[in-house]
Amino acid sequence: MWTNLARGALVLLATLATTPAFCAPAATGPVEQQPLNIIAIAMFVVFVAATLGITYWAARRTRSAADFYAAGGAISGTQNGFAIAGDYMSAATLLGLSSLVFSKGFDGFIYTIGFFVGWPIITFLMAERLRNLGKYTFADIAAYRLEKTPMRTFAAIGSLTVVCFYLIVQMVGAGQLIQLLFGLPYNYAVVLVGLLMMVYVMFGGMIATTWVQIIKACLMLGGGTILLLLALAQFGFSLETMAQKAVAVHKDGIKIMGPGTMLSDPVTAVSLSLGIVFGSAGLPHIMMRFFTVPNAREARKSVFVATGLIGYFFLVVCVLGLAAISIVAADPQYWVDGKIGEKIVGGGNMPVMHLAKALGGDVLLGFLSAVAFATILAVVAGLALAGASAIAHDLYVGVIAQGSANEKTEMTVSRVATVGMGIAAIVLGIAFKDQNVAFLVALAFGVAASVNFPVLILSMYWKGLTTSGALAGGLTGLVAAVTLVVLSPAVWVKILGNATAIFPYDHPALFSMTLAFLVTVIASKLDVSARSKSEHEAFADQYVRAQTGVGAADAAAH
Amino acid sequence: MSQEMYRKIRSNPKFAVLASDRSRFAWGLTAIVLAAYYAFMMVVAFAPDLLRSPLWPGATLSVGVPFGAAIIVGSWLLTGLYVRRANRTYETLNEEIIKEAR
Repeated sequence: MWTNLARGALVLLATLATTPAFCAPAATGPVEQQPLNIIAIAMFVVFVAATLGITYWAARRTRSAADFYAAGGAISGTQNGFAIAGDYMSAATLLGLSSLVFSKGFDGFIYTIGFFVGWPIITFLMAERLRNLGKYTFADIAAYRLEKTPMRTFAAIGSLTVVCFYLIVQMVGAGQLIQLLFGLPYNYAVVLVGLLMMVYVMFGGMIATTWVQIIKACLMLGGGTILLLLALAQFGFSLETMAQKAVAVHKDGIKIMGPGTMLSDPVTAVSLSLGIVFGSAGLPHIMMRFFTVPNAREARKSVFVATGLIGYFFLVVCVLGLAAISIVAADPQYWVDGKIGEKIVGGGNMPVMHLAKALGGDVLLGFLSAVAFATILAVVAGLALAGASAIAHDLYVGVIAQGSANEKTEMTVSRVATVGMGIAAIVLGIAFKDQNVAFLVALAFGVAASVNFPVLILSMYWKGLTTSGALAGGLTGLVAAVTLVVLSPAVWVKILGNATAIFPYDHPALFSMTLAFLVTVIASKLDVSARSKSEHEAFADQYVRAQTGVGAADAAAH
Repeated sequence: MSQEMYRKIRSNPKFAVLASDRSRFAWGLTAIVLAAYYAFMMVVAFAPDLLRSPLWPGATLSVGVPFGAAIIVGSWLLTGLYVRRANRTYETLNEEIIKEAR
């Protein structure tokens, strides 16, 4: 059935390809459109058909709010581990990190390690408490013993800010990537991604999103492993031989095997890593995944599986970057006009794609292109679901209806919110076309680390936290993170065109996160109201629930 | 019903043992991972030559490669250690505590 579907869709696409709209050259700055890649499109169509089939299956199982937000709590630890890995590893992991190793060598490896280290911390300090205290969103935890209305409003703002910044990055990346890999125009690609994301989430909720993420994680891990083995086979399975060739080819020679200049300034290095490490722990779409398992035991297991998969894939990606230097960098066919070392065909993110072509021809290139697209779909689906639940569960049910909305209305609101997220994603994706969106990654992680993370960790661990402390600290973190990114070189100089940046570092977390913690603690201590006293007292019961899971939301109950 | 149970659990000495044991273990592991990572970042910033030296005489691979990989693999193994102990020892103790509070 799938093959027929795929063939049908292929014919449709081939017909479309001959119409003028599809042939029109897209004028899109740094990325040039490639000829239509039939193998890649065919593989992608198979993926979309399969995921739509899953969505249809999931839609019939999505009957309650618990199903929609948390897959009824019926995802096993191992499944959730794959889904977390699929949710966290974006196309930027596969393409961006490998190209960073390709151009900077060891510095790319250092950067990659930073994206990993948050995971052990999440395992030790957060996984079981998230599961024991949360229900559908992280606002459930922040509002557990604090004032419900302001905390839910605040947590929803924090979540939506992070989701929007991250979504723009993904949509712009999707548009450029699809243009590059499939030869489809940017705007078509953005609309296609937005629509598919809406369909997955609106009809299939968390169940469909989870399975899209699991399939994508398997494809990505499988594709990466095949590529790794083929690459190593070229060098007799010796990393040393591969490194020798890479050093001989790379313009920086032996320097690529040690730390270079990218992270030589300790403030930059620490601020970047704090943002990534604790930002990872404050990403709403990641935290949400912990509510899909039945209990704390499975939550721990899932984060162990996820950490292993993410660590493995990061190491693979770094070897692929090195392999790309050895194999792609010396081959004139991958450079514009055959000029080695100048401009790489298709732009800076392409080395691993060229590597696939060099090792496995058009079939492997097509497969990896389809994987990259699938990756974007899985990540944006997770983001859309996190955004929709912040709107429906926190803002609508928690704030507007003051907790008294019935489940049917809540689900309708969350589906309308999903459509809203989809439209916003498409509009923002088109609006930010041709913009340098790198700063938005710093912003998303900076806000997650300075707004969501301090409030979440203190509400779980610190008895003294009060509503006014959390609000003062969280809002300070939000204002500080956004202001510092605006004043940083990435925005103040590169986008606004000023000569020098007022804030010299691209990553704000060292300053904004520290400030958020300080203000939260001081404002909590200064709060001597009667409300703060009862909030302190409520910690005792919350502590028992966090430790034992007694009274934890049983998402499986219908 | 929950509040009554929370009160009973709090007064069970086993609960204090569970909470303090687990928290010492979790924070200890967190400290190890963060210390290893930030020590690595400090070497990158202040003594990068240490990481640039060849892995063995005449090697192209540098000392930094296994060190970096060890941070990823080592901290994953620590998550395994935590999950194993939490899902066996602590979970057994937890179930006893809950049973005694019913």
